[in-house]
Amino acid sequence: MSDLTAETKTRIDGIVGENDVVLFMKGTPLFPQCGFSNRATSILDHCGVAYESVDVLQDMEIRQGIKAYSDWPTIPQLYVKGEFVGGSDIMMEMFEAGELQQLMDEKQVTKAG
Amino acid sequence: MAMPAAEIEALIKAALPDAEVEIRDLAGDGDHYAATVSSPAFAGKSRVQQHKMVYEALGGRMGGELHALQLTTQVPNSAA
Repeated sequence: MSDLTAETKTRIDGIVGENDVVLFMKGTPLFPQCGFSNRATSILDHCGVAYESVDVLQDMEIRQGIKAYSDWPTIPQLYVKGEFVGGSDIMMEMFEAGELQQLMDEKQVTKAG
Repeated sequence: MAMPAAEIEALIKAALPDAEVEIRDLAGDGDHYAATVSSPAFAGKSRVQQHKMVYEALGGRMGGELHALQLTTQVPNSAA
């Protein structure tokens, strides 16, 4: 189930290394394919940050690999500056407490254009 | 793929005996739940670590059988 090959790990390393904010999700920000992914994109939109998204439904290697990579069983998953932040429940808790916006400020991520 | 709320609660309590667990069936279909878990064992742990402790209690069912469990974890006020 949660196999992480060396190739997939290298790919994920590249994705989380090259983008300030990355959301691994089901679907796309315009057409989320699951309520949790939809919630995650809404939160990022409210934070006003630019983010890259990866549609795991289009990539089975990433879909299974990211679970092992993060040691986290569900999708969506948020990475900020290469660091795993959590899934949509944690994003919501942090957003409501003002902590997610603070994290984005502290990490000086690019704002949405 | 459904799982009874009582079973979810029992699994969490087996791993975290001092936890208070509240489970709500969000859609009435036995498949979409929200769980709030409050335990002194979460003290000093990050949110990610706290959620992982609950996921471990659920023994790999999270993301599989339990694809729609909304989770909130907290340290009880008395232990904070």
